[in-house]
Amino acid sequence: MSWAAILVLAVGTYAMKAVGPVLLGRRVVPARVQRFFLLLAVALLSALIALSTLADGDRLSFDLPLVAGVSAAGIAVWRKAPFVVAVLLAAVVAAGLRL
Amino acid sequence: MRTLERTIVRDAATISLAAAMVGVSFGVVAAGKGIPFDKIQVMSLTVFAGGSQFVLVGGVGSGLAAAVVAGLVLNTRHIAFGLSLAPVLDGPLWRRALSGQLVIDESTVYALAQPEPRLARQGFYAVGVMLFVAWQVGTAVGALAGEAIDYRAYGVDAAFPAGLVAMLGPQLQTRSAKMAAVLGAGIAVAATPVLPRGAPILVAVVGGLVAFAFDTTDESA
Repeated sequence: MSWAAILVLAVGTYAMKAVGPVLLGRRVVPARVQRFFLLLAVALLSALIALSTLADGDRLSFDLPLVAGVSAAGIAVWRKAPFVVAVLLAAVVAAGLRL
Repeated sequence: MRTLERTIVRDAATISLAAAMVGVSFGVVAAGKGIPFDKIQVMSLTVFAGGSQFVLVGGVGSGLAAAVVAGLVLNTRHIAFGLSLAPVLDGPLWRRALSGQLVIDESTVYALAQPEPRLARQGFYAVGVMLFVAWQVGTAVGALAGEAIDYRAYGVDAAFPAGLVAMLGPQLQTRSAKMAAVLGAGIAVAATPVLPRGAPILVAVVGGLVAFAFDTTDESA
């Protein structure tokens, strides 16, 4: 891991996080533009969930406890459970299936 | 700042607790890749976006440059978050600049779920600040303990995607959002065996673009 890689990711990420609050102030962005970025955000988050659950590096993998834990969290979120309940449930289910 | 609502403090504490668990798993994974403690901790302090930190660490030994690009593309979602939050995060430039670092999935989703701007602002800062601290402590514990913790035995590897699921769930209200989610995940999984590491996240963007092309949501929504 090089310092340069960390620096580039840190600076680029900060720029994207801060562009709204720093440049916009209280002005409101057109709804269409917001929806564009939000749909990209949803696709990326969903892809990251799928990859963290179903991929190990650059190949697909199916680890039943992991998949079951994340699925349990999905059901909990769908049933409007609080954030921490979903996360703890996922960990408990995955750990339980590995005993 | 006026008095802080008690429910907001409680919510922020539980969200941060969950994030600390994920931070531990990040520290353990990073240490397991042989990354020294200082680099792991500086990453958590400066990047402060868990998903991209996992992606970057995953690129060690097999294409670090591609992992940096993948991490940056993954974080383009923070542009959306910052734009949505901008009306709530007013104040002098220095404060808005500092607030930028706290724009993350959890603080954004929690703030935007609040019924009025005053509570949205409180929620943003409560979650942002507490989670920042929790993420640093979690990272440090994980990085120091390293392989001494068999984190898989505690199911901690499931905590990270589960936290993301909790972030994504409330955003799936419209047809186009559901379409973006299904396409994004499907494309990323389908691309994994064929494309080099880091690339599946990049092509998942196509899912968002297609969903936007079919987006018929009312402008006023």
